[in-house]
Amino acid sequence: MGKDMLSVEIWRGAAEGAFRRYEVPARQSQTVLDVVTWVQRELDPGLAYRFACRVGMCGSCAMMVNGRPRWTCRSHVDRVAEAGRLEIAPLRNLPVIKDLACDMSGFFDKWDRAEGRFHPTANRENDVAAIDPATPARAAANAGIECINCGICHAACDVVAWNADYLGPAALNRAWTLMMDTRDGAGRERLRAVSGDAGCHACHSHQSCMTYCPNALNPTAAIAGLKRMTVKAALKGEL
Amino acid sequence: MAVWLFILQRGSALVMAPLVLIHIGVMVVAVRNGLSSEEILGRTQGSVFWAAFYGLFVLAAAVHGGIGLRAALAESPLPRPAAGALGLVFALLALWLGGRAVAALVA
Repeated sequence: MGKDMLSVEIWRGAAEGAFRRYEVPARQSQTVLDVVTWVQRELDPGLAYRFACRVGMCGSCAMMVNGRPRWTCRSHVDRVAEAGRLEIAPLRNLPVIKDLACDMSGFFDKWDRAEGRFHPTANRENDVAAIDPATPARAAANAGIECINCGICHAACDVVAWNADYLGPAALNRAWTLMMDTRDGAGRERLRAVSGDAGCHACHSHQSCMTYCPNALNPTAAIAGLKRMTVKAALKGEL
Repeated sequence: MAVWLFILQRGSALVMAPLVLIHIGVMVVAVRNGLSSEEILGRTQGSVFWAAFYGLFVLAAAVHGGIGLRAALAESPLPRPAAGALGLVFALLALWLGGRAVAALVA
């Protein structure tokens, strides 16, 4: 394989399937998503994959690249290829629909199960809530709200791999940001929702979610915060 | 229940940490001073303090180990109820064996 060509193996199939090898021309500033798109347009029009924005805003192009979860649109080939070789697979810990496209519904169901909905305590008749950005609660919420639901942390998490019911870092991070939102009124229900056997206490603090989050969020810290809050609530008899 | 198991496991770890340090410290002093096993038993037998000290340690270890084992087994291919049952069996076994050891030391 010359320097001008990449050896790319891409997963084809669903749960049952195999890697298929393609030779793709190497280009300057080429992303992994560029490689997948080139394969689909030039070699294999049946290849299924997802993308939308191509600039790291939508979170739909996440895949396993050489065994690590990444946004393919923001992963330059020259930074992630190993000796000119790429192995591209669907996201870990999610059922595969076809090729590189996963079924994300279970991932979003977990957001629901973690009570990831905002429950307002005011309505349009009230004044706009005055939120001081310097308060510790708002700072903690701000640190976690840039999640775009890409599923990278869910794919990186070993606890999800071992216990498919585990709510996972993204849903728990969402729950934590809502717990830190003074405008939300469902704190007790949410603490109950994250206190089950597959909730925040199942986290081993491996920190893979933090390591791989492309937005540099720290769901492990969010989960630790939920552990503290649930312990305090249980000791006060509020759970 | 998960939150109470979490509290019990972290709490039992907090209890065990100082007990382990005191145990090691006492062992070092006893060995350095050349105490024989008879002399050690002479100090521990009938002692309410050492019975409470090692009794508490056995209780904390049984709770901590049982919950930890349950958590590890729950992530194995075993069915979830089996993990809880095996964790409980381990805790009871640790309690029984540890209780016998404490009795041998202080009774």
